[in-house]
Amino acid sequence: MTTGRRPQTRLGSLLAAVAITGASLLLGLPAHADEPSAGAPAPKEAPRVDLVLDVSGSMTATDIQGKSRISVAQQSLNEVIDALPAETEFGIRTLGANYPGNDKVQGCQDTKQLFPVGKTNKVEAKTAVATLRPTGWTPIGLALRGAAQDLGKGETTRRVVLITDGEDTCTPPDPCDVARELASQGIHLVVDTLGLAHDDKTRQQLLCIANATGGTYTDVRTQEQLTDKVKQLVDRSNDTYTVTPVKTAGTDKCENAPVLAPGVYTDREKFSEHRVYKVPVKSGQELRASVSVALDRPVARDYGVLLQATSATGQELVRGTDAGGGRTDVISTGLRWSTEASKGYVTASPSSASDSSTSKEKPQTTVCLVVSNSLAPQAGVQADPGLPLELTVDLASSSPAPEGAAMGLGRGWILLLTLTLAGLVCGLLFGWIARWRIAVWREN
Amino acid sequence: MRTTIRGALAALALLPALALGAPAASAAPSPSPTASGTPAPATKAGTSFLTAVNLSPGQDANVAASTGDYLYWAFGASEGQTPTVKLSVNLAPGTDRHGPQTWSVEVFDGLRRRQSCTAGTQNATGDQNTTALTLDCTLREVRTWAEPWSGDPLPGTYYVRLSVSDVPQPDLGLATAVQLHVAAKGGSDNAQPEGGELKAPLVPPAGGGASTAKAAAPVAEEEHWYTGWFSGWNSRWYWTIGGGFLAALAGVLGYNLTRHPHGRRPGHHGSVPHQGTHQSGSYADRP
Repeated sequence: MTTGRRPQTRLGSLLAAVAITGASLLLGLPAHADEPSAGAPAPKEAPRVDLVLDVSGSMTATDIQGKSRISVAQQSLNEVIDALPAETEFGIRTLGANYPGNDKVQGCQDTKQLFPVGKTNKVEAKTAVATLRPTGWTPIGLALRGAAQDLGKGETTRRVVLITDGEDTCTPPDPCDVARELASQGIHLVVDTLGLAHDDKTRQQLLCIANATGGTYTDVRTQEQLTDKVKQLVDRSNDTYTVTPVKTAGTDKCENAPVLAPGVYTDREKFSEHRVYKVPVKSGQELRASVSVALDRPVARDYGVLLQATSATGQELVRGTDAGGGRTDVISTGLRWSTEASKGYVTASPSSASDSSTSKEKPQTTVCLVVSNSLAPQAGVQADPGLPLELTVDLASSSPAPEGAAMGLGRGWILLLTLTLAGLVCGLLFGWIARWRIAVWREN
Repeated sequence: MRTTIRGALAALALLPALALGAPAASAAPSPSPTASGTPAPATKAGTSFLTAVNLSPGQDANVAASTGDYLYWAFGASEGQTPTVKLSVNLAPGTDRHGPQTWSVEVFDGLRRRQSCTAGTQNATGDQNTTALTLDCTLREVRTWAEPWSGDPLPGTYYVRLSVSDVPQPDLGLATAVQLHVAAKGGSDNAQPEGGELKAPLVPPAGGGASTAKAAAPVAEEEHWYTGWFSGWNSRWYWTIGGGFLAALAGVLGYNLTRHPHGRRPGHHGSVPHQGTHQSGSYADRP
């Protein structure tokens, strides 16, 4: 979203972050290890993209606008490298580029870092791409693992752009399992896939990889489309890398649930599992929570998600729920809840006894957030690791109910008519009274 | 009045436009404000709630996408507005497609709660001959305040998600182009419930999500001794004062109506000389 080019927007977001931190400090939120990303305006990591290019033998096929797949990919990459944003760290990995033989064991080890992820020397990168010749096998799974290593660990979202024309010829490991395994490591890796061939098996495999990591799949028909899409994906890494959800692990009971401060969190939830988190809410504060469960594998047609806020004793305070059917990426819902001191749910929090400054603090309720789902896997779908879950927690000042129409003032034509009629009646009454008084007076 | 508001909105629109323009500067011409003051269309869409692309007020989006992508945008709406989301999708060439496609638009609020469409085509299906589909969704009027237990639309961020809800699998990944336009009707004048106020707009806690003008510039209101009594001018004051004025006029009129036939107006002496003399006499008798 923000880059160094626009100092004022960066300053704005920084100020916002500082304000959020300041506010949460002022409100006396409990400090804990799971500090959300918004609270730390640390120097930003550069966005990182690793491009994985299939250079297997099948790339010689000439079926894209009369050109061979490899030449289309090479020309597109040239343009993409030319247009690389200055701050992006870009790398290239090949698969099937070096071993021309028929030995599957050896051929399926053939993935190599062509260009390390870092500040790109554009001339060198283009030369390296130009020298590639379609050669060997297609070990996609292994290449994905390699790409994850190339990108290293860090707090930012990293993107892998996979350009391939064929299904993996080296299973196991199944590339889709590899993708899911990488996603579950919580290393913020997104794999976008681009298919140069249009057969069903390739498509299914690439779709599966993309779905498992929250990436996209594109069926490449023209060179222009390929160039634009890769540019768009590289560009997207600039946008997404600033948002870093904090990994957390909910429990099945409220007592030992992790305490969350305002921020964005990720977790994993299995089918029909309950995940519980705790949020301390002071009186006068409003709890705002939302949850998204990503459907990263085939599930039964209808599905639902439920987010409940309960008191420490298990009493439900409020719930958010959503359900649907058909093709979707995430299913999400949210809730608001606030309290006043006069309401019954406020109890001295268990931790307040140990706090030194309890006497002055406002009463605090510990709210448990229970995330559950009504999802069912399709036959043969792995249940482990659980589905990716994203939780946002926010505390804002609560908004009391309005006191009705503003201060006894009125509005509208009926009001005018009523007042006028009332005035007329009053005037007539007073007039008659005056007349009557005069008449009485005269008689006396 | 309206023009000044519009001007202020346009000025506010420039700030997010700068933010949007920054990353795109390298790849595409940076969206700069055009002469009319509306920002250039966004050329991107997010892929999740967190990465939704913020649209400033009045900003459109023109995005090249793949069939099957989930596209997310975020826009801000403030109290009293009734936002309408309009989308048009140019489908991939019919020769590449294998069957009918159904596209859906869904709108969520800042807490990712689904918001109902009160009008519009939320789902549109096109067969192989269809080249373009249009979708739209009109939300309910954004309220000034709602109970925490309700799902009413509130000032803050709104997310738009465009997706293909039904498509033959071989058609996934094909190139499409999407245009988005967000319009908003109404203003804060008649926002309901009156006197209600959401202390903090419903915006996501971190990342992704446009903010309303209110959220962008949270001005802390000054507290005065009269704050509890007087919460500011609104049209009710004018109605009430006008009503009081009319009532007073009507009162005087009513009073005069009763006195008139027997009044002491000089012009009427001739017509009612008897009463007139009596009255003047009785007044003259007073000490």
